[in-house]
Amino acid sequence: MCMTYTVEATGLCKSFAGRMVLDHVDLAIEQGTVLGLLGPNGAGKTTLVRILATLMRPDAGRARVAGHDLLANPFEVKRSISLTGQFTAVDEVLSGRENLEMIARLRRVPDRRMAATIADLLERFDLVEAADRRAGTYSGGMKRRLDLAISMVTTPALVFLDEPTTGLDPRSREQLWDTIRELTRDGVTVLLTTQYLEEADQLADTIALLDRGRVVAAGTAHELKATLDGEVLCLEFSDSHDVRAAVGIVSPAAVDDRRRTIEVATDGSAAAVAGMLGELAAAGVPAAKISIRRPSLDDVFFSLTEREPVA
Amino acid sequence: MSFAPIVLDSRVMITRCLRRSRRDPEAFFTALMLPIVLMLLFVYVFGGALRTGGAYVDYVVPGLIVLCAGFGAGTTAVSVATDMTNGILDRFRSMPISSSSILVGQIVASLVRNLIATFLVIGVAIGIGWRPSAAPLHWLAAIAMVALFVLALSWFAAAIGLLARSVEAANSVTFVLMFMPYVSTAFVPAHTMPSALRVFAEHQPFTPVIETMRGFWMGHTSNGTSLEHEAVLAIVYCLAVLVISIGAASVFFRRRTSS
Repeated sequence: MCMTYTVEATGLCKSFAGRMVLDHVDLAIEQGTVLGLLGPNGAGKTTLVRILATLMRPDAGRARVAGHDLLANPFEVKRSISLTGQFTAVDEVLSGRENLEMIARLRRVPDRRMAATIADLLERFDLVEAADRRAGTYSGGMKRRLDLAISMVTTPALVFLDEPTTGLDPRSREQLWDTIRELTRDGVTVLLTTQYLEEADQLADTIALLDRGRVVAAGTAHELKATLDGEVLCLEFSDSHDVRAAVGIVSPAAVDDRRRTIEVATDGSAAAVAGMLGELAAAGVPAAKISIRRPSLDDVFFSLTEREPVA
Repeated sequence: MSFAPIVLDSRVMITRCLRRSRRDPEAFFTALMLPIVLMLLFVYVFGGALRTGGAYVDYVVPGLIVLCAGFGAGTTAVSVATDMTNGILDRFRSMPISSSSILVGQIVASLVRNLIATFLVIGVAIGIGWRPSAAPLHWLAAIAMVALFVLALSWFAAAIGLLARSVEAANSVTFVLMFMPYVSTAFVPAHTMPSALRVFAEHQPFTPVIETMRGFWMGHTSNGTSLEHEAVLAIVYCLAVLVISIGAASVFFRRRTSS
């Protein structure tokens, strides 16, 4: 079986003022899927999006987007993509309808289809009532929906969603997730960048983890979680003095002083857990409560991005 | 084929900029009030004390047009600077459109705003007794002078707007452009000024533009030079500013949108 890739990038590099922001990044996104691009602030997510969206030229490397060479044929790439930015890219002085009309005209939607196209998008993105109000008066969630509606004026092959739910309340976030799921039903390929691991878990078919300009892991959420063997052991102590003493004994992956808990990666065997509990008890800092869970995407993220454990 | 897309894209951008201008209540209100208030102020408050050889309103109209254009240039610079800091620029740039249409939209909207202000000045002036002696062809020539001047100033303002790192910085162009006409022949003849100022006033670029309009409308300039001389000078100045500003704006635009 032959798979079609909407994005195929190899060896992308970019430096700013001598600092390597992207360091030989390879990326492939299968057609009709959502790739979640994860990484801490400054990992290079936005730079990668800007390069693939033709806003910036890479220093080295090459990429094909929707079948067109990014460097040789940027204009054809522009025809196939749509960018929904980190900073909502709508004209706040124009109404929602006028925003859609402006983009539809720039996308050369024919006059006879104009009214129907706009009405359909307003309906689909739940903006009918607000259509003739200035976009500046919209709530955060409505602006993002308008932003997405603008991106869907002509169904693009690839949509970039650069941190689409940053700053939204949980309800608007869930609404937007539903909207994004609908896009993929139309066969649109999505490159989603996010700082929220839950968002990637919810939406992404595959995930690429970016850290300091390198892809440090790629695969499905399930595959990534499986790279961490065993179980995570959570230990709760009766006072914060015990927490600090325990940190010296068991080298935890995460420490939460406020809840007086630490998390330790284990192989999941009863012997290892019993041994650790015994060691703590012998040192005079017995655990008050324990629980065990499967590793989450957070654990993968923290283990791969070399972050300090949360203090 | 290569011509049509930029025309279609520009039309969309012009509509966008005109809509935005209409909905900026502060700038819109000031732009409408400024010509009226300044006209009444200069003619009725200062005009009585000024000796320009004839009714002051006959003297002052070109000066007020230029002053209002200075204010309009500030609006344009701010508008361009605002667009540069707006997320929508990235959306436009990621679309298959000609990027120069973004600037064309701003320039045409600027022209429209300024020509409306000009016609307002003319309308108010006629209302309070301005009676230019110009024949229709001279009227046309005077308006053409205004249009060329406003076009050059709009591109100049756009270049400043692209150069400025903040919207506030872009606004400072208003101050310079609204101050310059005072030290020209806009409001009083140059020969009434102290010698150093007079040399500046006689040779700065606003003066030939003002004198050309004055010459076409009233039949003579205020400083005794010939209309032909002033007109050639004005056209040369405007074209120079236009060419340099378009070049600078293109360079600044490319610099702002690439990295």
